[in-house]
Amino acid sequence: MAIKKFAVACYDDEEVLFPAVKKVRNSGYKLHDVYTPFPVHGLDGALGLKETDLHVAGFIYGITGTSTAVGFMSWIFCSDWPINFGGKPHWSLPAFIPITFELTVLFAAVGMVLTFCYLNQIMPGVKKHVFHPRQTDDLFVVALEINDHTNEAEVINFLKSTGAVETSVQVAESEWWFGRWDKKEPYELA
Amino acid sequence: MHLKYESFVREPLVDGDKTYHQVTEDIISPIEKKPGRMWYVGFFFSVALLLLGVFSVTWEVYYGIGVWGINRTVGWGWDITNFVWWVGIGHAGTLISAILLLFRQGWRTGVNRAAEAMTIFAVMCAGQFPIFHMGRVWDGFFVLPYPNGRGPLWPNFNSALLWDVFAISTYFTVSLLFWYSGLIPDFATVRDRAKTKLRKRLYGLASFGWTGTAKNWQRHEALSLVLAGLSTPLVLSVHTIVSFDFATSVIPGWHTTIFPPYFVAGAIFSGFAMVQTLLIVCRKILGLEDYITIGHLEAMNKVIVLTGSIVGVAYLTELFMSWYSGVLYEQEAFKWRILGPYWWSYWAMMTCNVVSPQLFWFKKLRRNIPFTFIMSIVVNIGMWFERFVIIVTSLYRDYLPGSWTYYSPTWPEIGFYLGTFGLFFTCFFLFAKYFPVIAVAEIKFVLKTSGESYKKKMETIDAKSAEDFKHELDHAHH
Repeated sequence: MAIKKFAVACYDDEEVLFPAVKKVRNSGYKLHDVYTPFPVHGLDGALGLKETDLHVAGFIYGITGTSTAVGFMSWIFCSDWPINFGGKPHWSLPAFIPITFELTVLFAAVGMVLTFCYLNQIMPGVKKHVFHPRQTDDLFVVALEINDHTNEAEVINFLKSTGAVETSVQVAESEWWFGRWDKKEPYELA
Repeated sequence: MHLKYESFVREPLVDGDKTYHQVTEDIISPIEKKPGRMWYVGFFFSVALLLLGVFSVTWEVYYGIGVWGINRTVGWGWDITNFVWWVGIGHAGTLISAILLLFRQGWRTGVNRAAEAMTIFAVMCAGQFPIFHMGRVWDGFFVLPYPNGRGPLWPNFNSALLWDVFAISTYFTVSLLFWYSGLIPDFATVRDRAKTKLRKRLYGLASFGWTGTAKNWQRHEALSLVLAGLSTPLVLSVHTIVSFDFATSVIPGWHTTIFPPYFVAGAIFSGFAMVQTLLIVCRKILGLEDYITIGHLEAMNKVIVLTGSIVGVAYLTELFMSWYSGVLYEQEAFKWRILGPYWWSYWAMMTCNVVSPQLFWFKKLRRNIPFTFIMSIVVNIGMWFERFVIIVTSLYRDYLPGSWTYYSPTWPEIGFYLGTFGLFFTCFFLFAKYFPVIAVAEIKFVLKTSGESYKKKMETIDAKSAEDFKHELDHAHH
């Protein structure tokens, strides 16, 4: 938990957002995050974010599923309880394919979704500060981290010059916490 | 210069002059309003059907499977027919969300959310039938491979029926995850504009605390893409494995290698028909005609005529092969299928699935909403008969003429089937009321490329010569 001060700029068009993000990154102010109502292609590049490795995790979960299925069925049919099905070989690999495939997909999907939630720090009961209620509707929000030594008027003027339709200074929790969305937080009431 | 251009040959996916906010307003506001009278009537009717189903199933579990009309010769009747029918319907959702995502078909954005919901509910309905067909349903967990005090004795992993257990449960889980991961950002939208405390609290929980940072969206897109890549072979595998239930047996009429593609095509065929049935009603009642346009319906009708034709080819191939194989039992099975006491089911199937969808070759009919609605129901009646024909008419006249029989369902079977309609529509009515029926974020994503008013703005650019355009573009960059 860390309460911090933010300078917030809201843009109403992604075409204004891109040059603004560029200016903000060159300005030297510390960029906290950018919030958009839908995925804006190219924004991760403009922000200098690395490509995510989530698909690599998915691959690892997938092969875990593959080997679990093949290993488990092989162990059962060859060693734990070998049964003779019409004289067919105990290790009948082609007949293992359907279940092996299903478990590969199941492990990969479940593992990836859990990893996705973990990396994004989201789960039921998690609460995060929303800088503008319309950031999930039609506004593109850029939040800069500032402190008590920052000249607020200067930051706000700078943000307005980048084409922001709305600006504000907010004191807010910068991380996630457990909370109810219908309740106001202590720092919001202060 | 940030240019979003799409050919004018393509119809707009979002009609009317929309801003991002208007999109949110159009799709989310039905959640915030009290539902209309029609919703209550539909919902309580569905709940009543569901209760009828619960009663029928309770009756069957209490008195045993003998209360059904199935017998020694026809061991699979309405139960497995309905199972295959519902699973088939459950194929369209993931097909739309996964395969069409990989093929970059923009029109999927308008219909994928509702289609995926339909998939999940249909698979839930499907699952009831094999479970209660077990008879001693309290021993149903025997199909799971868990260490047990009977040896441990494991299930037979070489059995197509066990493959089905894995396929259907995996399909259900993955579809649910795919659907829900898409819903998270939209729930956040509902949460952030909620006026009442309860709504804010519940949608806050449902949205997992999503705020939409750039990094979160990047991961979200990676997740959607990989889940789509995984679901594509998955959706094809599910009905393939369902068809193995039949194809790996030695029953004349079932023992054919054509079954997997034939079943998958049929599944997509019936699934799209069910999507049409639901969306034609939904778009009207929820006022979403701008997002689920006639263009969307036409695109789905094209899929219906394609898969319907594939199914037709499969039927004819089956007939040809039974004759060409020279196997007496195969030939007899098809003779009794077409001309025997169940002739009406075969011809109902042929008419509904092969003949009538061919009308969709006419563009006028593809874009005619009442016609599409009627056809969507006709197709699903036909596809129900297809499963009935495959199952019952392959069994009722088996190798021994002495055990030939005729099967008709009893009331608990019919009640059970009606009950799954109750389950399906109860879930769907709740979905239509409490969930964003269209993927809000995805519509916003394609809005500036495929929205009607935005495409119009591109007309001036479209009119320019290539040289002028290049000159301006180069100029804008410096």
